[in-house]
Amino acid sequence: MAEGHVVGIDLGTTNSLVAYMEGDRPVVIPGVDGSNLVPSVVALDPITARGGRPTVTVGNSARKALIETPERVIYSVKRLMGRGLEEIQDELKLFPFHLAGDLDAGPPDPNEVPRIQLGELRFTPPEISAYILRQLKRNAERFFGAPVTQAVITVPAYFNDAQRQATKDAGRMAGLEVLRLVNEPTAAALAYGLDRAKEGTIAVYDLGGGTFDISILKLRDGIFEVQSTNGDTHLGGDDIDNLLLAIALDEIHAEHGVELRRHPGAVQAVRNASIEAKIKLSTELMAQFDIELPNGDRYQREMPRAVFEMLIEPVLARTAGPCKQALADAGLSPDQIDEVVLVGGSTRIPAVRQLVDDLFHLKARGKKPHIELNPDEVVALGAAVQADILAGASKSTEEMLLLDVTPLSLGIEALGGGVARIIQRNSTIPASATEHFTTGVDGQTNVAIHVVQGERELAADCRSLARFDLKGIPPMSAGLPRIEVKFLIDADGILHVSAREQRSGQAAQIDVKPTYGLTDEQVESMILDSFDHAEEDFAKRLLIEARNEAETILAAVERAPRSPAWAQLRGEEQAAIAAARDRLAQLRQGDNAAQIREATLALDQATRRFAELMMEAAVSTALRGKTMNAAGEELAEAVTAPHAMAPAEFR
Amino acid sequence: MIKVLDSAVPVACWSCSIGHNDSTLFCPHCSKIQPPPGGDYFSVFGLEPKLNLDLAALEHEFHRLSRRLHPDRFARAEENEKQWSLADTALLNDAYRTLKDPLRRTEYLLKLKGAEIGEEHSGPENTNKDRKDPSRVPADLLEEVFELNMQLEEMRAARNTGQDDPDLQASLEQAKRRFDGLLVEVDQDLRNQWQLWDEADAAARKTAEKTMVALLDRRRYLSNLVRDVNETLGA
Repeated sequence: MAEGHVVGIDLGTTNSLVAYMEGDRPVVIPGVDGSNLVPSVVALDPITARGGRPTVTVGNSARKALIETPERVIYSVKRLMGRGLEEIQDELKLFPFHLAGDLDAGPPDPNEVPRIQLGELRFTPPEISAYILRQLKRNAERFFGAPVTQAVITVPAYFNDAQRQATKDAGRMAGLEVLRLVNEPTAAALAYGLDRAKEGTIAVYDLGGGTFDISILKLRDGIFEVQSTNGDTHLGGDDIDNLLLAIALDEIHAEHGVELRRHPGAVQAVRNASIEAKIKLSTELMAQFDIELPNGDRYQREMPRAVFEMLIEPVLARTAGPCKQALADAGLSPDQIDEVVLVGGSTRIPAVRQLVDDLFHLKARGKKPHIELNPDEVVALGAAVQADILAGASKSTEEMLLLDVTPLSLGIEALGGGVARIIQRNSTIPASATEHFTTGVDGQTNVAIHVVQGERELAADCRSLARFDLKGIPPMSAGLPRIEVKFLIDADGILHVSAREQRSGQAAQIDVKPTYGLTDEQVESMILDSFDHAEEDFAKRLLIEARNEAETILAAVERAPRSPAWAQLRGEEQAAIAAARDRLAQLRQGDNAAQIREATLALDQATRRFAELMMEAAVSTALRGKTMNAAGEELAEAVTAPHAMAPAEFR
Repeated sequence: MIKVLDSAVPVACWSCSIGHNDSTLFCPHCSKIQPPPGGDYFSVFGLEPKLNLDLAALEHEFHRLSRRLHPDRFARAEENEKQWSLADTALLNDAYRTLKDPLRRTEYLLKLKGAEIGEEHSGPENTNKDRKDPSRVPADLLEEVFELNMQLEEMRAARNTGQDDPDLQASLEQAKRRFDGLLVEVDQDLRNQWQLWDEADAAARKTAEKTMVALLDRRRYLSNLVRDVNETLGA
């Protein structure tokens, strides 16, 4: 069994984080740039790497590419997870996703997993998510200096079976064994519940970048028992951004005659301005837009908070229905909720807090919602707590147990297109149901079953999960075979089905056709790189990374004598650099990653004064009238060793 | 008459090989988790089939068993133990969900005793039944239900044409109160039967079971009716 750290991952629409338990406290592991949040943005570098495939970057560096090369960048891919072509049409109108299917001849298969065109390559949504997960995995591995192979990943509580499966697939592609999918609001409750041996009923209101969840839990003796959950997997801060963006684009078109929608890079700039304005309006009463347009005009506008609140009211109002339904399903009135926890960046908006206050009668009862933990981090912290529970190694979590529920009812399509519910929503998982089927025609040897998820009366209105074909039924008179089918929803909220024919004792064979999803073979073929798994491979990767870093600094030192700053160095300084260079050049050929790193750092130290001299030279060049850009290019030539935690390149 | 205990089949523990009674979640000798036992939902909690249950004790036992059985406790265990933990916990959850709810508990017990419960859906063939199967109208309510259905039709028609009919509204609300009251009565009758069944001998139990099947039918009919009235009033 693999031991070692089990990390907790919040794979968010906007940002992703990785955390672990440090003793009895969960902490977020910072990324290479020192920031806890890794933007859920994936970009293909324009420059092709040595292997021929373009380099993939993730996070802040990918976000920078959004304005320059928007067609090579993707964000908010979580909105596409586990969804079919027909379901994502609305997303396509609002987000700059480019479907690869558009380019192919013939109509696309609606049951295919959509493929996203990114530059010259195509990816499924789980593959894009896998790149984000791999970045988090690597951040953790750098932090621990050891491989990380097991993780808990959070998903919106209201995610259906296909969305959960897609998330699990992404983990596998990233070289992670997903020990558990945890619902985001429940994870937040775990993070809050850690310190206090609380008893009572709490509601978690989680409005994130792209999803909304409400969960009601009962806490008792360390057991976190979810009573009910509800939500909307396509409602979040993104929707507010899109609203502001649409207004700005319309006004720019009307006032300046510029249709920015044809310039993806410019749209992105306006989008960033919208996000800034939104964030500012959480603390200020007024935000300003000031954007330079391609024709040289400026779009300037003031946005008072009152106007902003009026604009977003319809978006926020969509969270009220799920809250009321969750209360009704739990059989509780708002006054019976002891505490409310706020999760997700969007809960910083004062109007959201007001709405929560109204929904749960907080002020009237002298209560305040919990916001002590950073709403951007609390889900990852809770995932780390759950990871610790699963690792079973720690005193601080040994008394804790999470009992979650399935958010949606599971049903079978009945004759006439109705739905026979077999597992009700808000059932504690794992949950199971056994159904019996028979044949309608003499000698019939197979029976088709259509499994759906949802609350609507007609199967056509529910989410189709899978079609099962029970095959190999021994030929008998109609109605005589008795096929027992067992449906089991596991602790991840994912459905498993098994069947047997009872009269003949034969195990019936089941062909599962997931409605939208990847087959095992497809997932297998999309595993990012096999060498992410074993420990020897981990050592190999550390070595490759160390060599890459060494090569980068050696190449820069090679160019150094051509710089005028070189002549300003004293003889012994030049000699010290040469010695450190030779040592690294020699070690680079060897197999010791630690030695290569150490020699790289030594060379970096030796060249520090040279780097400073070059910096000064570049600045004075700029002052002599050269453009800042040219100076910048020279600066980029400066010798700086990659930081010990420099981002790994993906090849 | 020879009494056969259905849980008397001895099974060898997969881990320590010592035989044990098969209705156990853990081996009594080595404490290892076992594949799902064969007994009913009551036996999961070590209970005899009963209709009056101490819900606080049931919850306590549910939590105690969850702590030992839950897949979270077996995340790094061998594959077979993982599978049994999953199956056992599903059984525990299904059992708790059924037993903690008085109506589900009653239906479950009656089914265990071989009763046919109406509107069960045990497969795709017998779903989609009409909610208001006229043959199932309780005889004493025939007239009232007939009247109510007429009023509901009128109300819907009025709604469709955008009219308000305060008299009809008031009359429907009165009917709703009347049927709500009848529901409370049925629930009280059911509780009385629980008491009877729990304390009775086999013959008297049969009578109580028949009464409860009828009461459940009546209850289902009434609650569908109240739901219809609520939907129409709330529309």
